[in-house]
Amino acid sequence: MKSFKLLSLLFLAATLTLLGCGDDNGPEPPVPQDAMFSQSDQVGRPAINTVFVSSGSKDAFNTTVPSNMKGQYQQPFENKLMALNPNYSKNALGQNAATFTTLLSNDVLNVATSGKTTFFDGQNVLTGRSLSDDVIDTELLLIFGGPDGSENPGLTSDNVDSNDKNFLDSFPYLAAPHQ
Amino acid sequence: MNLKKILLISGSILVIAAVGIFAADHIDAPAVEGTTSDITDLYAFQAPDNNSNLVFNVNTQGLLSPSATQNASFDPSQMIEINIDNNGDLVEDLVIQCVFTENEVFAYGPTAPPSTGTTSGVNLDAQQVSTEITQSGESPVVGTSNGISLFAGPRDDPFFFDFERYTAIINGNESSFRDPGVDTFAGTNVMSLVVEVPKNMLGNAETLNVWATTNSRTN
Repeated sequence: MKSFKLLSLLFLAATLTLLGCGDDNGPEPPVPQDAMFSQSDQVGRPAINTVFVSSGSKDAFNTTVPSNMKGQYQQPFENKLMALNPNYSKNALGQNAATFTTLLSNDVLNVATSGKTTFFDGQNVLTGRSLSDDVIDTELLLIFGGPDGSENPGLTSDNVDSNDKNFLDSFPYLAAPHQ
Repeated sequence: MNLKKILLISGSILVIAAVGIFAADHIDAPAVEGTTSDITDLYAFQAPDNNSNLVFNVNTQGLLSPSATQNASFDPSQMIEINIDNNGDLVEDLVIQCVFTENEVFAYGPTAPPSTGTTSGVNLDAQQVSTEITQSGESPVVGTSNGISLFAGPRDDPFFFDFERYTAIINGNESSFRDPGVDTFAGTNVMSLVVEVPKNMLGNAETLNVWATTNSRTN
């Protein structure tokens, strides 16, 4: 009986110790261990679903894994590109319609692990996306600008070049919300 | 925000719904439109003040007016995931999984995902950082652990675009942009998640492929 009590006490102590360790690792997890989640929305590069995916496929695109995107969406993207700009031949990156839409259909953001990270800054292309990057002008230029960027001059810039608030120099970098 | 601006933005929303065109990823698809799972934009960049770190920013719930921002919140039934492919096969090798309570945000990772693809649990055993969700009007509350920094709360939408004019062009009512253009997203906020991570936690690749997802609790 005595040894049983001792064992119980030891078990209780061990349990408390384990609980104590749990507390040391931070607050209680906000979801249970078996919580499952199913994908709703997905974004890589800016505006790809909105511009290039037809209205009937937008939800499906959001739940297509990137490794399957090219196979399912490259040809529809090429058709959409030619509808937006029937005179498309090559863009300023030298890409024909098939090459350009192959790149776009793999909807991930390419991010360099060293050096400048920018969507396009005049020199570096698709090495990330910084807050101040004028991604719309870059996409308009590649869709409408032709091989040297000079075609359709009224469609290659929206003439909004910067955000309405300045970004911060330190974390979290985004500007405070409008009050 | 004056009435005209509200009308303009409301009008834009109707046009987006009707025509389905481009405003980064704001309101991109019927199933997520107007929900807490609607991602507006993903940003990924080297920290301006630390070359050894990368910053990931996922914004959701776009076009929030200042008054709507007061009532906006992160959804405890949603998990925001930053997916990172570091071997070029377009399959996530590392994830940063972010979940919410009413007042707090938790980020787990970077860690190997419990499973790849469109259904996943959260790797609660991974390294984690948590912090309070910052309220509108409050200074940013930042959580830091293992060199990882975490923020969640409303911020100004960093996206800018003369979306109204683009819509007019696509509808055939205008033939070119105006100069100067007018930023349709000026004066609006988003619910913002920002995670800054040491690059050495992301593998050795010269280029990462990154995408963000929102994921709804199923059980």
